[in-house]
Amino acid sequence: MSSAADIVIRGGRIVDESGERTADLAISGDRIVAVGDGLEGDRVVDAGGCLVTPGLVDLHTHLRQPGREEAETIDSGARAAALGGYTAVLAMPNTTPPIDSAAVVREVLELGRPAPCDVHTTAAITVGRAGEQLAPMGELAALGVRIFTDDGTGVQDDRLMRRAMEYASGLGITLAQHCEVSSLSEGTCMHEGEWSSRLGLPGQPSEAEELMVMRDIALARLTGARVHFQHMSTAGSVAMIAAAKAGGLPVTAEAAPHHFTLTDACCAGYDATFKVHPPLRAVSDVAAIAAGLASGVLDAIATDHAPHTPEDKERPFDHAPPGMLGLEYALALAFTQLVDGEAAMAESDVIGAMSWRPARIAGLEHHGGPLVAGAAANLCVIDPGARWTIDDSGGASRSRNVPYVGREVRGRVRHTFLFGEQVVSDGEAQR
Amino acid sequence: MTARLRNAATPVDTSRHLLSVGDLDRDQIAELLDLTDTFVEVGQRSIPKVPALRGRTVVSLFFEDSTRTRLSFDTAAKRLSADTMSFGVSSSSVNKGESVRDTIETIEAMGIDAVIVRHSSSGVPAQIARWTDAVVVNAGDGWHQHPTQALLDAYTARSHLGDLEGRSIAIVGDVKHSRVARSNIEMFTALGAHVTLVAPPTLLPPDTTAWDVSVSHELDPVLPRIDVCYLLRMQSERMTEALIPTLREYTAGFGLTSERADRLGAEALIMHPGPMNRGVEIASEVAERPNAVITEQVANGVAVRMAVLFLLLGSGRHLTQVHEEAS
Repeated sequence: MSSAADIVIRGGRIVDESGERTADLAISGDRIVAVGDGLEGDRVVDAGGCLVTPGLVDLHTHLRQPGREEAETIDSGARAAALGGYTAVLAMPNTTPPIDSAAVVREVLELGRPAPCDVHTTAAITVGRAGEQLAPMGELAALGVRIFTDDGTGVQDDRLMRRAMEYASGLGITLAQHCEVSSLSEGTCMHEGEWSSRLGLPGQPSEAEELMVMRDIALARLTGARVHFQHMSTAGSVAMIAAAKAGGLPVTAEAAPHHFTLTDACCAGYDATFKVHPPLRAVSDVAAIAAGLASGVLDAIATDHAPHTPEDKERPFDHAPPGMLGLEYALALAFTQLVDGEAAMAESDVIGAMSWRPARIAGLEHHGGPLVAGAAANLCVIDPGARWTIDDSGGASRSRNVPYVGREVRGRVRHTFLFGEQVVSDGEAQR
Repeated sequence: MTARLRNAATPVDTSRHLLSVGDLDRDQIAELLDLTDTFVEVGQRSIPKVPALRGRTVVSLFFEDSTRTRLSFDTAAKRLSADTMSFGVSSSSVNKGESVRDTIETIEAMGIDAVIVRHSSSGVPAQIARWTDAVVVNAGDGWHQHPTQALLDAYTARSHLGDLEGRSIAIVGDVKHSRVARSNIEMFTALGAHVTLVAPPTLLPPDTTAWDVSVSHELDPVLPRIDVCYLLRMQSERMTEALIPTLREYTAGFGLTSERADRLGAEALIMHPGPMNRGVEIASEVAERPNAVITEQVANGVAVRMAVLFLLLGSGRHLTQVHEEAS
C-alpha cells in the first residue's frame, strides 16, 4: 500500500465464502482496497474479537411503503436493516398499491436510493396479487426485479402457476412462493394442534403449507423454472425440499428466525404479537427448521420482517394481522438458537445463510462478498461474544411487534458499511 | 408512537379474574360451589337480595348478543346490591370502529369494579385483563371458555349425584366449536370425573390429547355406563362447512332420541346448555323427562354468578359473613 486507505478495520476475523482468517481490511471510497496485515488508514476501526463479514442480505422484508407508512417506511425499515447488519433487503410486494407495475417498482427503488441499506424489490407474480392474471414480469425484470412472489398469499391456481413458471424460465428470473393452500388455511390464525385445540382458535395444519410445496416441486420438475420457497415452517417441507434438491431440481428455500425460535405454545396468552403466517409450529418443526439450516437444505435465513402498529396487534387474536419484526434480531437469534443450540451450526455457516447464499439467490452482485480487494465495501462487523436482552422498543422500526421481549441472546452488530460508508457505528445508526 | 402503560407482555394475575376454568384448582371450585349453595338459598327468600356488593359497579360488556347470559349476570349483580351498567355492541361506539382497548379504557374511566365480557373471538377477556384494573369475568369467548356455565353445570350435577369423583360424563356433539365443552372438560376432569367426548371426528378438536379424556365416535355404546349425558347445541351451519352431511344423519348417530334415552341408567342426568334444537340433538320428549335438568341449570346460573362476583369483589369477606348477612 503506497497511500493510506480511508478506513482500516483492524484485527478482525474475516469470514466469507472462501473461509476465515484474521486480517486488516482497508476501504477507500466504495471499495475494499486491501486485505492483509499491518494496513494503514486515515481512520481505524478496531475489530479485535469481532467477525468481519460481508453485509447481510434479507430476501424477505416487508417495508410497508407505499400504503402502510404508519407501520413502516422504506427509510425506517432500511435503518432497522442496517442496524441488524444488512446491506441489502428485498421488499415484499404486498403493499397498497401492490408492487405489480413499473410505476410502483420505480417508486420503491426511488424511495430506497437515499436509505442506509441497499433496497431492492420483488414484484408480484399476478396482477394485484389476486392470483388471476400474470403481472408484466418481463417489463419488471427489465427494471432489475429478479424475484417475483405474491407473498402474503400463494398462487392457488395450478395452471396459472405452471404458466408463471414457464414464462419466468424464459426471463432468467426466480419465482418465490408463500406456500399456503388457502382452502385449508382460510379463517385460521395459528398452527393446528394441541394448542389450537386448547385455546379454541381455528388452526391450519402443516399440510396447508406442504401441499403447495409438493405441487411447486412437481411444477418445477415440469417447467425447469427456478423456484424459491419462502419461510418454510414444517418438518415435512424440509424433507420434500431435501428430496427435490437430491433430484437435481433448481429449488432454494429460506426459513425465518421465529420458525427456529418460537413454538405454537407462545400463542397461549392470546397476544397477537405471536400471530404470523405461516404460523409458529410444534417443537418438532422448530427442531427440523434448525436442522434444515444446519444441513444446508434450507439455503437462507430470511427475516419476514413484518411491522404492524400496536393498534392492529391489539385486535382480537383471530382478527389481528399476521407478522412480527425481525431485522434487528435475526443474527443474534441465529447465533443463539442455531450455533449454541442443538443444531450446532458453525458461525460461518450462519453468515453464509444470511449473506452470500441469499445474495446469490437474489442475484445481487455487490453483496455477499467475497471480502477481497476490488469488491464493493458492503460489510458488517459483529461482536459474537456480546450478550444482550431484547427489549420491546422495536428499535428503528416504526412498529414494536417484537415476539422476543426479555429473551437473552448472543451476538451483536457493531458496525455496518454500505458501499464504504459507515451507516452503523457502535450499534448506532449514522443517518 | 408512545407505548401505553400496560403492554402485551404484562403478566395477568389470573387469580383476580375468572378467565378460564383452567385457572381454578379443585379447592377453588369447591369453594365456589359451596358458596353457590348459600346464594341458592338467598334466591328462595321473599326478598332475594343481600347488601354484599353495595357501592360496587359491575359492567356487562357484550360484544356478542346473549340475552340469557346477560340477564343471568345482571340479576346476580343486582341481588348482591351492586350497581350495574350494560354496554351492548349495538348501542355502543364499537360499531363505529372503536377498539376493544379504547372501549375498556373508556368504561374504566367511569369507575368500575368488574366487567363481564362476552366476545365472539377467543381470548378477548384475557386481552382485556391486561388493559384494566377491574376484575374481568369471562362470559363466553369464541370457542374457548364459558367458565360460569361450567360452574353451574357442575353445581347442578353435584346437587343430584353428590361428589363427581369417579363419575362418568359424556359430552356429546360439536365439541370443536364449543366453549361450553372446553370449559366443562376442564371442570369435570378437575372434579375427578371421567369425561368421554362423543362426536364424529369432524366435530372434535384436532388434538384431544390436550385433556385427560376418552373419545368415542359412537353414542350407543357409551349410554349405559354414563352418569351424565351432556348434549351440545348442533348448529345448522356445520353442514355448509362439510363437517356433517345432514342434520338428519347427525340425529341418527348422535341425537338423544327416546330410544337412546331409555338406555341411560335410571339416575343418569340429561343436561344441555341451551338453547336446544329440539328434534336435532335432543328429542322434544326427552327434554321433558324428570332426569332432564335443563331448566334447573338455568335457575342455578344466577346463584353461581352471585358466588363468582362475591368471591372476586367481596374484598376478603368470608363465607361465614355472607351467611350472617343473608340471615
